[in-house]
Amino acid sequence: MTLLEVKDLNVSFQTPDGTVRAVRGVSFDVEPGRTLGIVGESGSGKTVLTQTLLGLTPGAQVWGSAMFEGANLLELPDDELRKVRGAKISVIFQDPLTSLHPLYKIGWQISEMIRAHDRSVSKKEAATRTVELLRRVGIPKPDTRANDYPHQFSGGMRQRAMIAMALALEPKLIIADEPTTALDATVQAQILDLLLRLQQDMGTALIMITHDLGVVADIADDVMVMYAGRAAEKAPKREIFYHPHHPYTKGLLESIPSSSASGGRLKPIPGQPPSLINLPAGCKFHPRCSYAFDKCKTGDDPVLRPVDDGGAHESACWLPAASAGLSAEAEKLRTETAALGHEPAPAQGQPVGRHRAPDSGANEPGPAADNEGSVA
Amino acid sequence: MATANDTDTDGDVLVRVENAVKYFPVKAGGFLRHTVGQVHAVDDVSLVIERGKTLGLVGETGSGKSTLARCVAGLIPVTSGKVYLNGTEITQLSRRAMRPLRREVQMIFQDPYSSLNPRRRVGAIIGDPFAIHKTATGAERKRMVQELMERVGLNPEHFNRFPAEFSGGQRQRIGVARALALRPKLIICDEPVSALDVSIQAQVLNLLSDLQAEYGLSYLFIAHDLEVVRHVSDKVAVMYLGRIGEAAPADSLYSQPRHPYTVALLSAAPAADPDAAAARQRIILTGDVPSPIDPPAGCRFHPRCPKAQEICGRVEPPLVTHDDLDVPKAGPPAGWQSADAAGPGVPGIPGGEAHVTACHFPVVSGETLASARTAAIAAEREPA
Repeated sequence: MTLLEVKDLNVSFQTPDGTVRAVRGVSFDVEPGRTLGIVGESGSGKTVLTQTLLGLTPGAQVWGSAMFEGANLLELPDDELRKVRGAKISVIFQDPLTSLHPLYKIGWQISEMIRAHDRSVSKKEAATRTVELLRRVGIPKPDTRANDYPHQFSGGMRQRAMIAMALALEPKLIIADEPTTALDATVQAQILDLLLRLQQDMGTALIMITHDLGVVADIADDVMVMYAGRAAEKAPKREIFYHPHHPYTKGLLESIPSSSASGGRLKPIPGQPPSLINLPAGCKFHPRCSYAFDKCKTGDDPVLRPVDDGGAHESACWLPAASAGLSAEAEKLRTETAALGHEPAPAQGQPVGRHRAPDSGANEPGPAADNEGSVA
Repeated sequence: MATANDTDTDGDVLVRVENAVKYFPVKAGGFLRHTVGQVHAVDDVSLVIERGKTLGLVGETGSGKSTLARCVAGLIPVTSGKVYLNGTEITQLSRRAMRPLRREVQMIFQDPYSSLNPRRRVGAIIGDPFAIHKTATGAERKRMVQELMERVGLNPEHFNRFPAEFSGGQRQRIGVARALALRPKLIICDEPVSALDVSIQAQVLNLLSDLQAEYGLSYLFIAHDLEVVRHVSDKVAVMYLGRIGEAAPADSLYSQPRHPYTVALLSAAPAADPDAAAARQRIILTGDVPSPIDPPAGCRFHPRCPKAQEICGRVEPPLVTHDDLDVPKAGPPAGWQSADAAGPGVPGIPGGEAHVTACHFPVVSGETLASARTAAIAAEREPA
């Protein structure tokens, strides 16, 4: 049974400069015990998306639905939502130093959180549970460290304390918003390891928001790539990494320096993300896309559609479904489509016939040749 | 260790650091403010940076990378030790004598938002080096600034804009233009792309590599992202708690890490490849980096090291080569005598051609640290 079902979520903010359309029609499901990775660059709407679910974006105009255990989170009154927040859905934020109160002891903050949701728990009981939680997340000497203030903890330990707090009420869903971005590599490995282990023990569902594809490759089951407030591509993890369909996903993967590309030039995505106030017409990625054709520039903004047989892999791009992947054939199909302005005539799925290539006239990718541009 | 031949211009070496030490005093509160301790930020580090090459410096927060870089740039005085730039010792120079040398070394900082004055126009920011060093004025300065802007991929017509009107990647280009203004020999890049999104990060990395090829620049490149460092660096040095634990040409370091810390660091770095991530054997280090105010005796990594033995807590291992290690012997060295049995390694300076490691029990290729790790975790859990 689906734990969280988000349908057509839109979030926008009124600012003096105009309406910021932070999230535009995003739908996704989270199954119990699974991990959904949401990847995107700054301003792609990934954080606004999840904070809206918890009512943490005051002043925003929100429409759509988010069904969690039979209730629409977006329509719950504040006091009902407060019972969900922390108890059934908890959040781990990026910066543990700013999310912990500097003037209260760590242990007190966790106990307080337990008692805020259930007054029948005595202070003593809450304190015992706190120590047990701190032990579980790997804080050494938890009974004494519970009496420390946040500044006495290192960055990694603070994040562990945040995780302990998130686990305190055994939530069904944990939203981790860039939980390891502020941490060093070895500590990041510890924290990811811990999250995975706890998730397996407790069967919690996890939404992992990150800009780091490495983190997603490590712990996600499914991945949603966001661009300019919309899901560009959504698929099981291996599909995203090995058969990306959307040129943005492909661009992201190619711009990461990796051992295979060592020494050579990187292939950045030219340009920069659009302003969320003045979004371009058509596909919002087209100004940076090396395969953009007329339909992308003037047509409708593409929405997610299946690009494989099972329908688990969806992409919001007009390129033919068969062009998914990093192979030379997929690349050829992409450039041909871009040059022709529509999908090349021969039926897809045919064995690659050499005879089609010469007369298609698309050997030269034309304007798409060099995606090494820089900022205008 | 390193011996000085400091008279000539030092051949291919642009920067030579010898036994640099930088301690920061820890003051007590109250009226007298007497010193109660020292932060051992950089402790006896030697290295060389070759002309036209990139030395990558990796390490976790607090390992002393940035302090070392600032010592190299002459921004803060070293506590002891020597820094040579182009054969000239800069650690003893007066401010006046230092001034012409300052233009040879420039810096690019991590945060393009806070390293640019928000109330000054971009043209003025990039033109500052010309003004400070009195190399160009008026219309000529403007022309040079616009040339620089064009070179780093900014629109020269945006000369009169404020930093706030640029995106993160463009602001980092402004920082690059400013660093480039005086045609320095060395640019110190302190986490230049960490604050940028992946797609933008690649643009800036490509720009840096183009500029290096064009102007023959040397880079001291500090980053915590190991793949980025691998991509840009010719030589890499790994710092831990103020010391260099291992240094080698990039390929050698990444393919045959010797120091258990390097091995752990490499295994911890997330790879954007699900199959590789699943296949990889993660070495999860226990605990945190100890305080640099009171660093552990002996090898500084020993309290967290899965291979640590008794000698590691007593004797500081020297930075030496272990090239003979992979010649099959009777298996990996065991027991502390084998520190000698592994052969007297040759001391080497980080940044050179040699692969040097400061470890009594260096990791042999093919060796797994995982079993040692589980044992270490079990041992740690027991007393608790």
